Amino acid sequence: MRKVFNFHGGIHPPENKLQSVGTPIADAGIPPELIIPLSQHIGAPAEPVVAVGDVVLKGQMIAQPKGFVSVPLHAPTSGTITAIEERQIAHPSGHRAPCMVIASDGQDQWIAHSGCSDYSTLDKAQLLARIRDAGIAGMGGAGFPAAVKLSVREGVKIDTLILNGTECEPYITADDVLMRERAQQIVAGAKILRQLIDPVETLIGVEDNKPEGLAALRQAAQGSDIEIVEFPTKYPSGGEKQLIEILTGKQVPSGGLPSDVGVICQNVGSAVAIYDAVVNGRPLISRVTTVTGAGVSQPQNFDVLIGTPMSYLLDKAGYQADKNRRLIMGGPMMGFTVPSAEVPIVKTTNCVLAPTEKELPTPPPAQACIRCGMCAEVCPASLLPQQMFWFAQGKEFEKLEAHNLFDCIECGACSWVCPSTIPLVQYYRASKAEIVQLRKDNEKSEQSRVRFEARQERLAREDAEKEAKRAARKKAAEERAQQSAAAGGDEDPIQAAIERAKAKKAAQQAGASTENELEKLEKAVVTTRKRLATASGKLQQAKAEGSDLVAALQTGVDKTQAKLEAAEKALHDYQQVNEAAPEHAAPTDAADAAIAKAMAARAAESALSDEEKARANLEKLQQRLEKSITKLAQSRENGDEEKIIVALESTVERLSDKVAQAQQQLQTTEGA
Amino acid sequence: MALLRITSPHAHGPLSTSRVMLNVLLATIPGIVVLTYFFGFGTLVNILWGSLVALACESLALKLRGRPLGFYLKDYSALVTATLLCVALPPYSPWWLIAVGIASSILLAKHLYGGLGYNPFNPAMAGYVILLISFPLQMTAWAPPRGVGELPGLLEALQACFIPASFDGTTMATPLDIMKQNNSLLVEDLWQQNPQFGRWAGIGWEWVNLAFLAGGAWLLYQRIFTWHAPVAMLAGLALMAAIFNDGGSSASGGSALFHLLSGATMFGAFFIVTDPVTSAVSVRGRLIYGAMVGILVYIIRVRGNYPDAVAFAILIMNFAAPFIDYYTQPRTYGHQHGEGEK
Repeated sequence: MRKVFNFHGGIHPPENKLQSVGTPIADAGIPPELIIPLSQHIGAPAEPVVAVGDVVLKGQMIAQPKGFVSVPLHAPTSGTITAIEERQIAHPSGHRAPCMVIASDGQDQWIAHSGCSDYSTLDKAQLLARIRDAGIAGMGGAGFPAAVKLSVREGVKIDTLILNGTECEPYITADDVLMRERAQQIVAGAKILRQLIDPVETLIGVEDNKPEGLAALRQAAQGSDIEIVEFPTKYPSGGEKQLIEILTGKQVPSGGLPSDVGVICQNVGSAVAIYDAVVNGRPLISRVTTVTGAGVSQPQNFDVLIGTPMSYLLDKAGYQADKNRRLIMGGPMMGFTVPSAEVPIVKTTNCVLAPTEKELPTPPPAQACIRCGMCAEVCPASLLPQQMFWFAQGKEFEKLEAHNLFDCIECGACSWVCPSTIPLVQYYRASKAEIVQLRKDNEKSEQSRVRFEARQERLAREDAEKEAKRAARKKAAEERAQQSAAAGGDEDPIQAAIERAKAKKAAQQAGASTENELEKLEKAVVTTRKRLATASGKLQQAKAEGSDLVAALQTGVDKTQAKLEAAEKALHDYQQVNEAAPEHAAPTDAADAAIAKAMAARAAESALSDEEKARANLEKLQQRLEKSITKLAQSRENGDEEKIIVALESTVERLSDKVAQAQQQLQTTEGA
Repeated sequence: MALLRITSPHAHGPLSTSRVMLNVLLATIPGIVVLTYFFGFGTLVNILWGSLVALACESLALKLRGRPLGFYLKDYSALVTATLLCVALPPYSPWWLIAVGIASSILLAKHLYGGLGYNPFNPAMAGYVILLISFPLQMTAWAPPRGVGELPGLLEALQACFIPASFDGTTMATPLDIMKQNNSLLVEDLWQQNPQFGRWAGIGWEWVNLAFLAGGAWLLYQRIFTWHAPVAMLAGLALMAAIFNDGGSSASGGSALFHLLSGATMFGAFFIVTDPVTSAVSVRGRLIYGAMVGILVYIIRVRGNYPDAVAFAILIMNFAAPFIDYYTQPRTYGHQHGEGEK
């Protein structure tokens, strides 16, 4: 006899299982309409692969998995897809969710499918693929995709494979009748799983309140090394972590997985589904569900198609709606109430409980916590529920986490035992949700903080750089000012006199100063030249890119060119005129005389600089010409488009004309 | 009719707070019967008058605090407090003494802290200590037990309570007083010279303690509390007494059996130490809490100024309960040892 271990706490609520085990599993039949939620499992919802109006056959895949942690859905019977829309589903939140609706045709016509009676020929990948393709999600209640759970990571050795036939929740007998009637299939499923994960030992754990199921399993497992382990009935020994402790004495580390201690658990219902999938090629389209409670006249177990509306199933069991005020999906300890009887049965629905008010009375208002500590005595996770209740009331989330709130499995033992009927689990559930939300918010605000700080830093850095530049400029300006102040001492008194006189004169002949005119003209030449340079740059680029703007830019360049030439001419003419001007202009007063003198000197200077200017101009033009020639050569070499080459050629031509002009000009200036 | 939406669990266990309190009240009956047998109707009159005052105080406090009367009165916690305090008071106490004690318990020790579940100190013991310090004369006047002195009748008991001036009852030192004030006699001689001593402890006292032990055992059987705190307290007290018994010399503090069956030992162990509100919560915490109460009871009885010490020991440990809880958090499933003890 194998040693079984005890786990901390636990309770012994009235079992209420006898009501529903009197009759064999009944076929619930085909309802006129099936509602198949796209998300019946933990993970991403499935994605429809058929459209409204499509005719589907029984077992045909109607939705495919989306991502690794997801499962496909199959049509439970043949019929027509009438809608893919939001429907009320069985979920604690009471929300509506996307569902596929099938109007059954009553033919129950199978799609072609094939199993593999000799599964020993299949390798692990093939087995996993079959399990995954059959859409099997844990049937004990959580609905974790079986294929994902069975995909053991590389390098992890599984010592113990456990099939969970505990069914510790009161009222539920779905696994019990499955063990009584389909023990062979459970054992066969266990063998497939054993082949898949190759454990040292394979155990099927069953509470001692199911003698018939135990006997059937023992008989089915005869001759194999699959061990049937019986242990004392106590709620919640069917919790995965508790069952692992009972059978192996090991505890799954907090936040870890059973595989961390070398264990994998599967529900017995999942084992049957896996057997069906591998050997018969039958996807998960029906399950065994207990319909019980004093609100139905014939409590019993049904083999029911996934998607069957609860009301259809309840009617089969003799539902008395007037006696029933709350409908529970699951058991009385961990099940949740559903918003209406129209919600569908899903892959995880092990029980539909319709109790009367007398049977499960509405909880009275909570009294004060008297710190009796019974909650701590029964907690299977060895938590201090009453302390956590104080913290939950005060929203002291840090202390809640320090008291390991997240190790709470929400089994409800603490609430069950609480003499003050405090809904403890509800407090923990709410606190968990709030903490998760807070964590998300914190993460978000942390990201914002990092972003904000980075921005502040960048702004500060830019400011500092600007400030440094400003300071440097200021310093340079000051230095210059100092230098000019120092130079100011040596300034020619005559020059100063001229300046003063000029200022006076300028005041007298506002705006008409010849100098202003000269400056204006010079400026015009310089700016036009610049504009020409940018315009031709753009033009080059446009040509290189083969842009449509080439023509427009070309005209622009030509115009600017013309303007430049005009400006240069104007300047030149003006200078010529001005050179002669002092000779014609008669000095009217002393100031004018001084100006005239200064102007003469300047004219000589400007004559000189004119020659230089011409020379500089020529050099620039020569450079541009050279560049254009090289560009043209490059274009030819690269085999560029014809029009680019043509454009470049014309540029070269024009530039050589200009160079010739400039040379001429230089000669004339030199001559002058 | 719309379906109800309620979160799990949908089932509830049979126990309720009212049921717990009622069980505690029932469990005091054997002790009260024996007390009445040995010391007369005084205790019964105490309890009846005390309960009335308690209900009045509770109602007043609830009204002042704007709480629904019916809902809170039916948790019976006020009656439990009254009964426990009145059992501890000397029989034939005057009405005002009881009234002051109950008012202190209910109004000061309980409702000023926020009512049931929020009081850091055991209300009955807090009321008892307030009385003991304020009115030491009345609080140490115990009647002689049956067979040693004459027992007043029911009428006299009522008279003693409500017209205290006209009552002329006799009082006598309790065995704990005698043991404490012994300064030259061997324990054996002490036993022979004083008629109050019985087979193991004082006449009447030994049976009163055994009766409270029986009541406590029934509560344990009913799983109203766990064995840890009471057993630890009795063990702590017995251990101390055994160590310092001194072979029955004149310096002896009394035998372990004497201490276990004297004064308020069993009453304290099963009805006060087990008060969940004011004691430690975890299993280890309860062991520590109980043992410390036992040790303190012995120290105060033998070395302190007061003959009995349960109330003081409990109040001192009430202070320490949150501290003990803090350091005795159990190891959560899936966590390493010591991880939870931060």
